[in-house]
Amino acid sequence: MSELKMKQPKGVRLDHISKIYQDPKTKKDFYAVNNVDLTIEPGSFVTLLGPSGCGKTTTLRMIAGFESPDEGEIYLGGEPINALTPNKRDTAMVFQSYALFPHYNVFDNVAYGLKLRKVPKDEIKQRVERILKLVELSGMEQRMTNQLSGGQQQRVALARALVVEPGVLLFDEPLSNLDAKLRVQMRTEIRRIQQTLGITAVYVTHDQSEAMAISDNVILMKSGVIAQMGSPMEIYYRPNSEFVADFIGECNFLHGKVAGNESTGAIVDLPAGKVAVRTEQRRKVGEACEIVLRPEAVQIGDEGLLPCRVELSCFMGSYQNYHVRVGDELVKITDNCPVNKKIFSVGDEARISFDPACAHLL
Amino acid sequence: MAKKGQSAELDRKKLMADPIMMTTIVLLVTFLTLFILYPLAILLIDSLYGTNGFSLDTFQRIFGMWTFRRAIANTLKVGLVVGLLSTLIGLLFAYVEVYVRMRRGVGALFKLVSMLPVVSPPFVLSLSMIMLFGRSGLITRFLLGIYDNDVYGYWGIVVVQTLTFFPVCYMMLKGLLKNIDPSLEEASRDMGASRMKVFTSVTLPLLLPGLGNAFLVTFIESIADFANPMIIGGSYDTLATTIYLQITGAMDKEGAAAMAVVLLCITLAMFVFQKYYLERKTAATLTGKASRGRMLIEDRSVTIPLTVLCALMALFVIMMYICVPIGALFPTWGYKFTPLTFKWFQQVFTRYRGLQAFRDSFVLSLIAAPITALLSMIISYLVVKRKFKAKGFIEAVSILAMAVPGTVLGVGYIRGFANGLFHTGLLSGLYGTGLILVIVFVVRSLPTGTRSGISALRQIDKNIEESAYDMGANSLKVFTSVTLPLIKDSFLSGLVTAFVRSITAISAIILLVTPSYLLITVQINEFAEKGSFSIACAFATILILITYGAVLLMNLFIRFFGTSKQQKEEN
Repeated sequence: MSELKMKQPKGVRLDHISKIYQDPKTKKDFYAVNNVDLTIEPGSFVTLLGPSGCGKTTTLRMIAGFESPDEGEIYLGGEPINALTPNKRDTAMVFQSYALFPHYNVFDNVAYGLKLRKVPKDEIKQRVERILKLVELSGMEQRMTNQLSGGQQQRVALARALVVEPGVLLFDEPLSNLDAKLRVQMRTEIRRIQQTLGITAVYVTHDQSEAMAISDNVILMKSGVIAQMGSPMEIYYRPNSEFVADFIGECNFLHGKVAGNESTGAIVDLPAGKVAVRTEQRRKVGEACEIVLRPEAVQIGDEGLLPCRVELSCFMGSYQNYHVRVGDELVKITDNCPVNKKIFSVGDEARISFDPACAHLL
Repeated sequence: MAKKGQSAELDRKKLMADPIMMTTIVLLVTFLTLFILYPLAILLIDSLYGTNGFSLDTFQRIFGMWTFRRAIANTLKVGLVVGLLSTLIGLLFAYVEVYVRMRRGVGALFKLVSMLPVVSPPFVLSLSMIMLFGRSGLITRFLLGIYDNDVYGYWGIVVVQTLTFFPVCYMMLKGLLKNIDPSLEEASRDMGASRMKVFTSVTLPLLLPGLGNAFLVTFIESIADFANPMIIGGSYDTLATTIYLQITGAMDKEGAAAMAVVLLCITLAMFVFQKYYLERKTAATLTGKASRGRMLIEDRSVTIPLTVLCALMALFVIMMYICVPIGALFPTWGYKFTPLTFKWFQQVFTRYRGLQAFRDSFVLSLIAAPITALLSMIISYLVVKRKFKAKGFIEAVSILAMAVPGTVLGVGYIRGFANGLFHTGLLSGLYGTGLILVIVFVVRSLPTGTRSGISALRQIDKNIEESAYDMGANSLKVFTSVTLPLIKDSFLSGLVTAFVRSITAISAIILLVTPSYLLITVQINEFAEKGSFSIACAFATILILITYGAVLLMNLFIRFFGTSKQQKEEN
């Protein structure tokens, strides 16, 4: 596959980018994207993640050139590109609706960008065939796009963007029209192809599991602002706010006060008892704090740190799902592989425990 | 608070970097300003600015004329009645088509009725009205023995305009009724409402803004109509004919300009109300698509009377249209009916320079049609898919042109171009040429073309063009390689519509045509006014054949070269 290496991938730099829109109802201007500042390394896979209306798609469309930023400058491969029209930018976008040309067959769809670049016919044929092989669509060249399944259409869209060897590949929620199973398969595929080609990719999604599975770095946005950026694991285990913790997977929050600092972490005083949490930060004693706990990091048993009462107990196949009350607070627990464990029923008294390293202090 | 930053500046820079787009926009704005806005503006200027500076003298003078005041009253009265009648008949037809199980033959009748006004020249019904119900009318005199029936005047106009315009209402309301979710009506019926109650408490309220819409559209059409009042109006003058006579008869160009301003104000006000208030309301009440098929009414006590009523009316309309070609075959209308003869058709070509008339009309329309179609597609593309500063202007002007009556435009062109721009002699060479006729054809058909282009383009995912743009295509390439192929059908039908509208146009053109050009519609009008109905019918028949041929050709073309079935299934 070495001949498939693309020309040098480009990095993207968003230098304090803002975009202002007018609310159609109130006629008031508001920031759709607010002072977003980030650098995307060449060859890396970065995901813009967030709820709808957080500005992730607007940010992507500013990189593509469909929207112009109101503040800041965008650099592609070190060059400022603010004033360039989309057709002059070295980007290629894969759209949510695929946006295939319905009047062309698969070959002509993929060849479109190459024809515009006046690539010789033989080379077009070669490159299209090579890229179709990569997305596993060889032999489908003559099909019309409406004769393809959703997944195949997605592959054509991907091939069409890849074949022009863009400096950066942009994805706008490309998998949201596929069914759940295909979605998982395609995201693995996209990641494989991106790594094979070593291309820079910016990917927009509202699906946190998709973001984690696919990216080197996740940028979580909220109301036009970057809430947190980092590797999937950092964002999952070290969220910097309740919003981030809650958006990335299920989460429990235990409210308490800092009771003291130790060399490896802090002691937190909860209404139900004292617990240790690993953290690098030194917190002021007496300060209010929150412990962030993932449901799979909590164990339930007859022995443990804190007493609880079971309010829901539900067998889910691969795990037992519990809702338990700790003091006043609800804690969700997923207890994996429950077959050999004691199953608690609603109303049972039990105790929960967790590894201080798996808890995070906010 | 947030304030718009550099994005406007950047958008401008991006536009500047796209010379094709830039040139197109500049050309479009120039065209629209010069040939739509300027002629209307000059009317206002001329009627306000006389030899002694700005004054309302001209308006005072025309409002002092009782003929003009009467014309306003007449026009509004006719418009109101025609609007009401057309809406009601249109509603009846639409309701029967959508709600009642019909025999197949009736459906075909309906289709024919909706199609006939499109392919016919505007005054065909007036001709047949006179020939059937006039003093020597086939029905009045020979069937009923009435010798003094006077079809000229108020009732003549009302009947003819209603029959001409109700198919428009029918088509509009049919679309709306189809969008009513049947489960709403079923819910009402389920809770115990009678069929009548369902209609009055569910269907009608949902449809009300749509009915208002249909009424206003017809109202505007009626007051802008020139051809029918001209032929069948007799001494009953409407605004359009009064303006025409003020120019051709009284040679009072300032007066005619002021009258045109008055007519324009009326139609424009109606149009703005219809467009920006009623249409929005219609869209608000009838949004979704019908979720599934509707249970058709099969109750014979309902279906038979409704179907018979509609079928009879449809047959009547069709008979009116058929009367024209048949009328051209009788030796002398009203006196001698046998043997049938082709002598009138012969005379069209031997005595009345028919060949030149058809050639001139045909060639000018053939030039105008592709220009109109392409222009309206470009405008639609820019309006729907792109954003730039002049977009609002382009959209507003090309749509508002719909509300400009042909007569007003004609007077505007006379005032605006006869002595050059602003009477300075600049561009005065344009006046009296074939080019200005072509331009009038284009301007007259542009709004309909643009409207259908816009609705066709709204169906197409914006991302498809964006993706072409993103892949490196410039604006021209996006338009030619993606947009145009995707709206090929709409483009073709726009082409034919523009051709048909041009070749059957009269209201503006009759004021602008010079002796060097003979146009069929103008000829028909002349003969009809002189009372030479047979020769007028012969001209009209040939014209109908041409337009119908064009429509057939388009349908064939779309079948073989249009969007393939496969492509359609996807959408």
